[in-house]
This record gives sequence, C-alpha cells and structure tokens, in this order.
Amino acid sequence: MDSWFAQVFAVTLLNLKSLPRRLSVSLVVVVGIAGVVAIAVAVLSIGEGFQKTMTAGRTDDTVVIFRAGTDTEMNSSLDRTEARILADAREVRRDPEVGQLASSELLVMIDLPKRSTGSGANVPLRGVEPAAFAIRRNLRIVEGRRFVPGTRELIVGRGAQGAFANTEVGSTVRLGLNDWKIVGAFTADGSVSESELWCDSKVLMPTYRRGTFQSVYARLGSAEDIPRFTERLSKDPRLSIKVMPEGEYYAEQSQSLTTLVRILGGVVAVIMGLAAIFMAINSLYTAVSTRTREIATLRALGFQRGPVVISVLAEALALALLGGALGGLLAYLGFNGYQTSTLNFQSFSQVAFSFAVTPGLLVLGIVYAVGIGFLGAILPAWRAARLPIATALREQ
Amino acid sequence: MTYLSLLRANLRRKRLRTVFTIGSIFLAFLLFGVLSAVKFAFSLGVDLTGADRLITIHKVSLIQPLPRSYLTRIEQVNGVEAAAASSWFGGIYQDPKNFFAQIAVDPEDYLDLYPEFLVSKEVREAWRKDRQGAVAGRSLAERFGWKVGDKIPLQGTFRTKKDGTNLWEFNLVGIYDGAAKGTDTTQLLFRWDYMDESQDGGNGLVGWYTIRVADPTRSADISRQIDTRFANSPYETKTMAEKAFAQSFADQIGNIGAIVRAITTAVFLIILLVVGNTIAQSVRERTNEIGVLKTLGFSNGKVLGLVLGESCLIGLIGGLSGLFASTIVAKGMEKAFAAFLPIFFVPRDALTLGVGLALGLGLVAGFIPALVAMRLRIVEALRRV
Repeated sequence: MDSWFAQVFAVTLLNLKSLPRRLSVSLVVVVGIAGVVAIAVAVLSIGEGFQKTMTAGRTDDTVVIFRAGTDTEMNSSLDRTEARILADAREVRRDPEVGQLASSELLVMIDLPKRSTGSGANVPLRGVEPAAFAIRRNLRIVEGRRFVPGTRELIVGRGAQGAFANTEVGSTVRLGLNDWKIVGAFTADGSVSESELWCDSKVLMPTYRRGTFQSVYARLGSAEDIPRFTERLSKDPRLSIKVMPEGEYYAEQSQSLTTLVRILGGVVAVIMGLAAIFMAINSLYTAVSTRTREIATLRALGFQRGPVVISVLAEALALALLGGALGGLLAYLGFNGYQTSTLNFQSFSQVAFSFAVTPGLLVLGIVYAVGIGFLGAILPAWRAARLPIATALREQ
Repeated sequence: MTYLSLLRANLRRKRLRTVFTIGSIFLAFLLFGVLSAVKFAFSLGVDLTGADRLITIHKVSLIQPLPRSYLTRIEQVNGVEAAAASSWFGGIYQDPKNFFAQIAVDPEDYLDLYPEFLVSKEVREAWRKDRQGAVAGRSLAERFGWKVGDKIPLQGTFRTKKDGTNLWEFNLVGIYDGAAKGTDTTQLLFRWDYMDESQDGGNGLVGWYTIRVADPTRSADISRQIDTRFANSPYETKTMAEKAFAQSFADQIGNIGAIVRAITTAVFLIILLVVGNTIAQSVRERTNEIGVLKTLGFSNGKVLGLVLGESCLIGLIGGLSGLFASTIVAKGMEKAFAAFLPIFFVPRDALTLGVGLALGLGLVAGFIPALVAMRLRIVEALRRV
C-alpha cells in the first residue's frame, strides 16, 4: 500500500511538473473555467446584493402594520383613528423624549431621472412622524440636517442619491404645485431605506390629497411582544389590519426579484458549466494523448493504473482550482460594490443596491470549478489508464 | 465531392473531440438564445408598441390617477383620432404570486385603440350586455385553465367595494388572441363602468389615457397641446409616445441589455478560444497529411479552404442546433416566468444574428490554423512526425 501511495505521489508530481510543457492546453482550461466562474458569480452577485439590501438593518422588535388583505404598503390605507389606536397600544415602547415609538407613514412615488439613463423612475418618498428616527435606529444623518416637521423639506438616502439625479443636498424637487427642498442625506446600514426620500407625513398627505395613512411602523418592548400585540389587535373590532415583523415584510418584498435572478443565474451557470465540462474533456484528452508514450513507459516500469488515473484527475483539479480562484477574483474586482438600481415589481418602486460578491459566492465558485474539473477529467483519466502498453509505446 | 468527403473524414478522425467541440458551441448558442429572450422580455415590448399611440399619465407619477372627465377634452385636441381611459386594478387572484395585469377599460374604446387584441363580434356583444363581464388573453386563460362562462374572483388590494368587502367577481365572456407573436395576451380586461359604480372611493378617476393620433410625425406637438390644456390644474399631465413610455418603464428595471451583452460577449470569447485551440490542435496532428495533400497537388488556397470549411461546419452545426434548442427551452421557461414577464420567446432578430455569429465563430476560430496549414512547406510537413 505504501508503494501505491508513493506511486501516486511520484506520477502526480511528474504530471504537475510537466504542466508548463503543455502550456497552451492548460491555459485554455484555466482561462475557460475562470471565465465561466466569473460570469456565474457575477450574475449571482446581483441577487445576493439585492437581497442584502432588502434584509439589511432589520430589527427584531419592529412591526409593520397595514390593512388586512393587502400585501404591500402601496396598496394599504389606515385612517387616523386606526393609526391612533395602534400607536397607543400598550406593547408599543415608550421613549421619554419622543413618546410612543409608532410612526404613521405614507409612501408615494415621485418621478426623478436616473443618473445612468436620464429617464424618469419611480422613486419612493416616505412621509414619516418624528418617532420614525427612534424606530429605525440605524438611520444616520451624514450631511445637512433632519427636515423640520411642518415644512416642505426632504432628506434623501445615500442609495437614492447615487442612483437619481437632482438629489444633492440644497437642490429642490417639484411635487405637484410646490417646490420641496432637500436639506439632508442619510445612511441606514445599506438597507432599503437608503433608496428612499423622507419628509413629514402630515405635509405630504395634503400634497397627494390623501386623507389616510398607509402603514404604521411600531417598535415594541421586545421581540416577544410581537405575537401578543398581533393577537390582541387583530381581534380588535375597530381594526382590520395585518401585522408583520419588519424583517419578514422586507424579505417577502424581495422574494420575486431574488427568485427571478436566482433562476436566471442558475440557468446560466448550468449551461455554461456543461460547456466548460466539454471543453475540459477535450483539453485533457489532448493532454493525455500528448503524454501517451510517457504514460505507457510508466506503466511498463510497473506503475499501476490507479496512480495514473489520479495523476490525470490531480492535473484537472489543479487547473480547475486555479481557474476558479481567478474567476472569483475577476468577479470580485469587476463587480463587487457595483452600484445600480432597479424596479421592485412587488412595491412598484426603485431600490438602489450594489452587487455583492460574498465569501459564500466565492466558495460556491471554487466548488463549481472543481466540479467542472472533476467531471471533465473522468473520461480522459479512464482513457489514460486503459492505454494498451505495447501499442502506446510504439505510437509516434 | 472529394472536398466534402475530406471534410467529413477529418471531422470523424477524432469523433469524441468533434462531438464535445460541437457540444460546447451548441451550449453557447443555447445560452445566447435564452438570454436574448430574457433581454427581449425585459424590454417589455418596446419594439411592439404602436407608432401612432400616445400615453397620458399624471405628471407626478404613473400611479397617481386622472379625472375621467379628461377623456372628452383630450378627444377635442386637434390631431387626436381616438382616446381610451384605462385603470390598473391590482387585485390578487388566489395568491399574490399569481400576478397578472388586470385593467378596467371602456371595451369599445380600448379595443379600437388596440386592434392587435383580436376579439370576435359575439364576444364584444356579450361583453356589452354583461356589466360584470371580462375578457382574458389566451395565454392567461391557459395559465389558469379558465373557460368562457367561469367566474373569476379577485381580491381587491386598494380597491374596496361599497358593501365594505374587497371581493370582486367577474364573468369571463370571452378570450382574446394576439394579432402578432409578441402581442401581450396575459391581460384581464373588464369594464370600468362596473368598477367605478361598485367601488368605495376614488370614483370618477382613471389611471391613464391611450391616444391614437392621425399623423405620428405630429406626436410631439400633440403631446404638448394636451399637457398645456391641463397645466396648472390639480391634475397636471405628462403625455409621451407609447414607445417612450414603454422604454422609460424598461429603463426603470435597469440595463438588462447591457448585462446580457456582457455575458454573451464573455461566453463567445471563451468559446472562440476553445474552438480555435481545438482546430489548431487538429491541424498540428495532421501536419503530415497536409504535406501529402499538397504533394498530391492541392493548392494553398484549397488547403486553407479545407481547414476553414471544417471550422465553419463545426460552428454552424453547433450554432444552428443550439439556436433551435433555445427556442424550445424558451417555450418551457415561458410558463415559469409567466408571473414576471408577459412575453418570453427568442426574437427573430436574435436568431438571424445567431446564425451570423455561428458562421463568424467558425471563420475566426479557423483563421489562424488555416493560415498555418496553408503556409506549411511540403518538405517540412512530410519530415515532421
């Protein structure tokens, strides 16, 4: 058995050392796999980035409340009485400065030009109450100041600022018949809030001729209060509402786009992976055929089939690993953090996000590459092992 | 004859290699076809829009409603041939995942503006008689197995009825077909008058207007006239060509076209490398033989043609079969994507481009090996083992 391992080691080493001699064939495998991995990782990083934005910065003690039977804030409506009842619920946390931590909100769409194309896009504008800043604890003003309640002032998320023109602090936006001034910019841990503009909901309502709010965001005492709160208020005859933990709500909002990108990414990865396997088979066949005499000589010297098979596999895996690493690096350098924005079908509003080449995706890329290398190597390795020694030695 | 049989013999020399090379080209073109379908679907039929149609929406954004009373005032604008009001219903059929477009319309006006929606006389008549009547597109009806006479329940999201519920029911009186392959047959159309009289709040409002102009070259001027008419009113409008409207909608989703182009370019570069390398390898192996051919009197041009012919044949076999397969795969994906993308097929332009690419791939990949083969000197070629 020892000698078997010694053989494996010797043949594999010999094989790997002779790789540079077969440079062009080896390069084709490495470059091919690197390209395939780079594309697959880049495509998947779109979905990854989108989901990251949609689920970032969510806390477990906050709930979103909207009308029963609706599935997004856009379609919901809650009147002032309902909003009052919800805000006064005893499970809602109380802050000595701002009072009940509940914010009745209104989400409307405004039309702003995309920086990339100049064409108009549905940008979400959220009217909030002062408590909103204590509910979204991750929100930080990074430029300018907060809007003053009761005035036509806006603050804008960094994501929206990156994606849409005319959103610098100090510029004005025309809504209906009035001009609104942007007085500050904020970040929110890269969450979807950064795609929004914020203002005072009480000023926004008359602008859009709305008599009702759409949702109430409330921060409860703790995560344990959510079931009790939901149970009690869902039974309240004065209300017809649906309560969702904030995290769950946003995960659901991102579902359809994430699924779409995953299906697409999967289709691309499978088709290209197959193509890469074919390519690897071809290249390794060539590699084996240029080594025909060498392999036959080894076999004549008493080397067994196993070590020869393993040496071919090892060659393929080494090339695949190199290709996978290179491809991952390429995708990371080329696409990680690439900023863009898209229309979320479910909320019908723009979400600004960046591609995220996560460590998980890089590992997936390597695994994918190794899989391609392994599957591509089986047939050629089999061929190498079964070479008839006598005729192979005679081959030119 | 000799030439063709030589080509065939060469392709059969290493059958496995030929099969796998053609296989990888096949897969590249399969991907190309599918991605073209994706790109086309995300363009949301920009190319299918009517050149003589305009869309009028609320100036602030598409989801703000406009008064229904604007219809007659729009029709009065000089150059406007016909106009129709439509409203988004946004209801849920059984499950939020079963998304499709539900539009409240004035049947006669709407069908007049969209002649590509084919509805028979009998169906029009039935629809006129039934206020709760609805007409569904062919692929939508197939998706949910609807038949004429079925009751279709929708759960209103932002539209509630006067009786306090949000359960709406429509009677399917007919199914419309598309006049062309790309016509959107995933819409459910029902009567605006029924919706308006039953709904609680938002009465007398519509979502947007579609307008047909007599002379498309005057579109910009007519758009301006319409918007001026409603300027400084509580409901200011924005009018644009239907194409521009679809384009701005597609732009909202993002630059899918650029992503698809980037992927396809990368895929073709990789395939080019692989095929080129394979052909170079097979020419190297045949050095000796090429020497013999030249000795037998094959001209340099013929040798060049032989190698190029071989690579083009490989490219075309792989490319054409891949494109063909992509149309079948697209058909399968159409159902999976029905909830997101109303149209999903490989557009004809992409197929034409694909054939060109297949030929181009063969030419480019075979070029250098063919040149090498052509320049081989008989003495050296024969000496090499």
